[in-house]
Amino acid sequence: MFRLTDLTLRRGLTLGVAALALATAATSGTVAAQGRNPAYESARRSGLIGERPDGYLGYVAAPSANLRGIVEDINIKRKAVYAQQARANSATVEEYALTAGCMAIARTSPGEKYQAPDGSWQTRGSEPPVRDRRCP
Amino acid sequence: MTSLQSTEHPTAASARPGSRRRRGWQGLTPALVVVLCGCVSVKAPDKPIVIELNVNIRQEVVYRLAEDAGNTIQGNPDIF
Repeated sequence: MFRLTDLTLRRGLTLGVAALALATAATSGTVAAQGRNPAYESARRSGLIGERPDGYLGYVAAPSANLRGIVEDINIKRKAVYAQQARANSATVEEYALTAGCMAIARTSPGEKYQAPDGSWQTRGSEPPVRDRRCP
Repeated sequence: MTSLQSTEHPTAASARPGSRRRRGWQGLTPALVVVLCGCVSVKAPDKPIVIELNVNIRQEVVYRLAEDAGNTIQGNPDIF
């Protein structure tokens, strides 16, 4: 007969709780849901804002002052990330932003809005989105 | 009908040889321009309009950056 030491028991419990938390996080939402401001996520899902081919968020309908603030904040942060990554990859900010735009549009969920190359706002369905001809 | 003749003092006009003929010719020029250029068309083109974003960006550059851009988007879930 053996007795579990406190240390072993504590370690086992910690690992068990961690595994449970990880599983919960993995199954609770898609990549699209994690990390986003709820107001941003809500505006995305309701089609008020959408992904533009140039790599930034655009307004499908005239935004409220609050939404405008959220979107402009996000776009400024995106531009900062693009500038940083562009420098690391010996590219221009515009090149990197366009490439990110390709990816961001590809990652839109059905029901979300994106802007097609002709400038019109499209609703994402189950088919691949219509993107710039240079997108991979 | 407006007169194409100079309304300046007769002595000033006649003091510069050929000035009256030049001024008269300048008066006719606008009329000639309208006749020669024709009409302005406002019909929409048949082909769909494509907004060319950054026309100088080449496809090969986009392909080269694609993987890094994908990683960047996944690494910044709050702004994408």
